[in-house]
Amino acid sequence: MKSLRRARRAGSNTLAHIVLSTWTVLVLFPLWTMIANSFKFKYDIYKDPFGLPVKWNFDSYLSVLRDSDFIRFFRNSLVVTVGSIAAVLFFGALAAYALANWRAKPSRWIYAFFIAGMMLPIKIGSIRLLQMVKALGLIDTIWSLYPVYISMGLPVAVFVLTEFIREIPRELTEAAVIDGAGRFRIFRSIIVHLLRPALATVAIFNLVPFWNDLWFPLIFISDDRHKTLLLGVTRLFGQYQTDWSKILAVLTLAAVPVILLYLSMSKQFIKGLTAGAVKG
Amino acid sequence: MIDFNIRSRGKALLGEAPRWAPYLIPALVLYSTFMAFPLFDSVRLSFFRAGAVGSREFIGFDNYVRLFAVKENALRYWSAFANTWYFFFVHMAVQNVLGILFAVLLMEKGLRGASFYRTVIFIPATLAVLVVGYLWKLILNPQWGALTLFLKGVSLDFLAEPWLGEPKYALTAVSLVSAWQWVGMPTMMFLAGIQNIPDDMYESAEIAGASKLQSFRYITLPMLRPVLGIVAILTFVGNFNAFDAVFAMENVNGAPLYSTDIMGTFFYRVGIAGQHPVSIPDPGMGAAVATTTFAVLALGAALILKATREDTAGAEPAGRKPK
Repeated sequence: MKSLRRARRAGSNTLAHIVLSTWTVLVLFPLWTMIANSFKFKYDIYKDPFGLPVKWNFDSYLSVLRDSDFIRFFRNSLVVTVGSIAAVLFFGALAAYALANWRAKPSRWIYAFFIAGMMLPIKIGSIRLLQMVKALGLIDTIWSLYPVYISMGLPVAVFVLTEFIREIPRELTEAAVIDGAGRFRIFRSIIVHLLRPALATVAIFNLVPFWNDLWFPLIFISDDRHKTLLLGVTRLFGQYQTDWSKILAVLTLAAVPVILLYLSMSKQFIKGLTAGAVKG
Repeated sequence: MIDFNIRSRGKALLGEAPRWAPYLIPALVLYSTFMAFPLFDSVRLSFFRAGAVGSREFIGFDNYVRLFAVKENALRYWSAFANTWYFFFVHMAVQNVLGILFAVLLMEKGLRGASFYRTVIFIPATLAVLVVGYLWKLILNPQWGALTLFLKGVSLDFLAEPWLGEPKYALTAVSLVSAWQWVGMPTMMFLAGIQNIPDDMYESAEIAGASKLQSFRYITLPMLRPVLGIVAILTFVGNFNAFDAVFAMENVNGAPLYSTDIMGTFFYRVGIAGQHPVSIPDPGMGAAVATTTFAVLALGAALILKATREDTAGAEPAGRKPK
């Protein structure tokens, strides 16, 4: 009986392998065509779209990087993403510190107010946001994106960080309190250090939506100097319409940094990206 | 939790509020100004006509009347509305069903390469919707696309249709590409859900002679109900806000012939870019579109929650009989 059960298990593992490896091909095949063809010459793509390049062509990459604004778009995205995440972590950690330790009714209300934002899509308020950004004179600059992204990131930051600080054992801070350390000193010298893994989760959770956001740059920014990577990709996609090798080079350059980051820390990514959802 | 009251017990009249305010205020001000306020003020905006110089005139339900009583507007609204539901159902049927399937398969005992599969399944979810959309647009290109060439290579030419160009297929094609991209999300969430199911439930089922299919049907599925609810809500909210997928693979007009026009693209045209042929944005009517979407989202999320949270204690889902 035991061997029979094992046989059944082995059998279903085969089915699992069939299903999962089919899907693996379905995922990797498009990415493969993207990367492989970006190194081919224009007409070789049509002759053999699936194989490795016979003659390697690096000119597409060179011309994208040298003759277009790609580098500038990339830099804009990097600056906005990193800056927004840093602000989310800073303001989020301060707020979470207060919400976790201040035990009173208003504290619970404010907490609930933040958490509500996890489910509310900020896009719905876009028209009003657009008017506000115009009124503040931020329209057409990357500065318009910071307040929106920071507000988008705060709910999950407050949620994850508050839960985390609440679970910090009192013994770790008690001695400092008795020694007369103030709130800020305890925050700076103890809490921030303990908070690191949670901060990483929050950072990753926000990294992908900020980096991959098209909507807000699209409605706020039309000045080429302030375009983000994806908005720039939409322009280059139109510009290179007939030259697939270049288009694919642009797409590869836009996709590969995130893929590499993901592959180097996939566990944290999966945990981070599903963080808001699993508990919420 | 930190007990600051060791020192300051009952000192201040306002309790601890003034001491915590400096920590809370920056986040609170930002979040209230740029998230809570625009969301709720959009509802108010839908009752006004916004002038060119920022002036506002109260017009009651006029924006809604124009949206639902003017024939062309109503036609576009309900077409986008129906398309969004279709978009949502394809995601539920493909993305979330595959998500459960993959999660169950990944949990099989002794499965080699499980972490490799898991990593691969999630890759597309880290990419920008725009990049994925553009890539598939090229792959699905009826003349030079990789899929077309592949199908011709294995003489399945009849499958080489202009999938994105035919009104009949376009929305399905866009939905499937989007489901392809996001399937990793439900997979990971179901995976976490299955990991929380106690092992002894499966062991006792196995001792009782239950087949794999039976233990999935009577243990896994009922136990995953709360996760299913969260996944459904996220899919629902995500789909009613989707824009990039159609923008990348078709255009903001939901080509061909508005067949892929969804709430996101309709909202963009009405409120932000301006509709053909006038091309002047109508913030008031756009706000009315946003407000109705808001209402649908709130209602839909509440219904999904009710359906999946109710009687979670009873492991037996009603309405279906065991075979």
